[in-house]
Amino acid sequence: MKKTIGILIFLIGLIVIMNMPALAEDAMTGTAGTAVAGAAPPATPPPKAVTQEALDAVKSSLQVGIDTTWVLFTAFLVFFMNLGFAMVESGLCRAKNTVNILTKNFIVFAISSAAFWVIGWGLMFGNGNSFAGLEGLFFVSGADNSPAIGDTYKGVYTAINWTGVPLWAKFFFQLVFAGTAATIVSGAVAERIKFHSFVIFSFLLVGILYPITGHWIWGGGFLASLGMFDFAGSTVVHSVGGWAALAGVILLGSRIGKYRKDGSINPIFGHSMSMATLGGIVLWFGWFGFNPGSTMGVGDGSAIAHIAVTTNTAAAMAILSSTATSWFLQKKPDLSMIINGSLAGLVAITAPCAFVSVGSAAIIGLIAGVLVVLAVMMFDRIRIDDPVGALSVHLVNGIWGTLAVGLFAVDKITGTATGNGLFYGGGFKLLGAQATGVAAVGAFTFIASLIVWYVIKQVAGLRVSREEEITGLDLGEHGAKAYPDFQGFLTK
Amino acid sequence: MKLIVAIVQPEKLTDVKQALSEARVGKMTVSNVIGCGSQGGYMESYRGTFTEVNLLDKVRFEIAVNDDFVKPAIDAIIRGARTGKIGDGKIFVVPLEECIRVRTGESGTDAIG
Repeated sequence: MKKTIGILIFLIGLIVIMNMPALAEDAMTGTAGTAVAGAAPPATPPPKAVTQEALDAVKSSLQVGIDTTWVLFTAFLVFFMNLGFAMVESGLCRAKNTVNILTKNFIVFAISSAAFWVIGWGLMFGNGNSFAGLEGLFFVSGADNSPAIGDTYKGVYTAINWTGVPLWAKFFFQLVFAGTAATIVSGAVAERIKFHSFVIFSFLLVGILYPITGHWIWGGGFLASLGMFDFAGSTVVHSVGGWAALAGVILLGSRIGKYRKDGSINPIFGHSMSMATLGGIVLWFGWFGFNPGSTMGVGDGSAIAHIAVTTNTAAAMAILSSTATSWFLQKKPDLSMIINGSLAGLVAITAPCAFVSVGSAAIIGLIAGVLVVLAVMMFDRIRIDDPVGALSVHLVNGIWGTLAVGLFAVDKITGTATGNGLFYGGGFKLLGAQATGVAAVGAFTFIASLIVWYVIKQVAGLRVSREEEITGLDLGEHGAKAYPDFQGFLTK
Repeated sequence: MKLIVAIVQPEKLTDVKQALSEARVGKMTVSNVIGCGSQGGYMESYRGTFTEVNLLDKVRFEIAVNDDFVKPAIDAIIRGARTGKIGDGKIFVVPLEECIRVRTGESGTDAIG
């Protein structure tokens, strides 16, 4: 009791002593205030004339501020998509592999952050040749005077000088996109890949492969010169992730028990449809950062509003068409197909979102929904085992979305001079550029990924052992089960 | 009448069921259980500490059969479940006193089917 009182007195004393200077200040200003009030008031100078330069400076700094807020906010939404991917993937895979899938999704953004910072950004946006960036390669340290834009820009990241935000805002925004490409791979290779193999591959994907193809399209490389347009990354992000995943899945092989010897397919059920659904909605939400954010500027608001609506419309229509297709083909609407449908629509509208009308977005979404259901079935037919449908969503619809630009684009509909697509009187020029892009990125990414996966397979191993795959990767790779409690009292 | 209780490895569930249906044994109850035998446990780690878990996931079949089906059923289970490794499981044959079909009220060997 005495001890408590003693401590209390000590603390109170301490608080009083610490506030002494403040108390003293108040006392002093009190006297000072009265002193000033006694003197005569000084004459006030006339207000300065407001010049045009002053107005421009204020407008400019406000513009940079609001654009940076936009870029960062949308980047945070895209970052949030990592959560969505983790939920969709773990929900659609078996409980015994949950810890492994969650770990892959959690670490992949850390890997992307490191790889893109060290070299990815430089390769993608540094000044260089048509193939890759060569200047300002490492640690985003090249000369740069962002947020200066256009002709006033002086630095080595000229390809992205059209957006008036600070360099780190540009970097962070592009980083979350690179992270999205890496996390696409984790779904397709789930339930049988060794953890360290995935980690190694992700470093190389985000550090080297993704930036190179990204340079071709967004970094001022040869595809940009050809007139290929990919607004938010159907090719740059989604099909790159898809091709890398396809290469991995081919070398990895299918899960044990997935395809029976007699040719029939064994459905391996996901363990948590709640998780998968919540993840799907989180991804849909995040896409409102992915697409509208790619303007990297607020402008007068009309572009970002247009893009938000094309994005949502495509998703909604894809959900309706994938539900209908799955209902027709499977006799009952399949939730996992519906979720895949929403993602397919979103991937498909990612390239065209700023270049097409809302009506075209609806059509693009409708087709995407049908494509994804057919693709899931097709991949199973040719015995390519994709537990979460990553290939059907990202690869197939990444290609569709890119080509859709060539079909549906309307010149300058939100400001960009893309030329008109095939259905709007532009002939085959734009479609040709889009197809070239799809083919070039596809060939490079697929072959390069195949080589990287193959080297990893020889050096570090690719697939877990048969026993480990059957017991579950949670125990094998991480020594911990995801749901130990559901087994009852396993330990003391 | 006998009740056959078989504990097998979980991944052998479909193989055992397939083998049983080939032996014309189609009625059974299956449950998830945990158990231990000669098979060692595994080490689990969590936030810096390690623990040994020695209760392992298994699958349990309960099949009520007439006496002339006991041997075929046991052979079928062994055919489906045997891998040659420790942990393949065990089969218990328990005498069954009575068996009643709920729908019709039949009892005895007819109820087993």
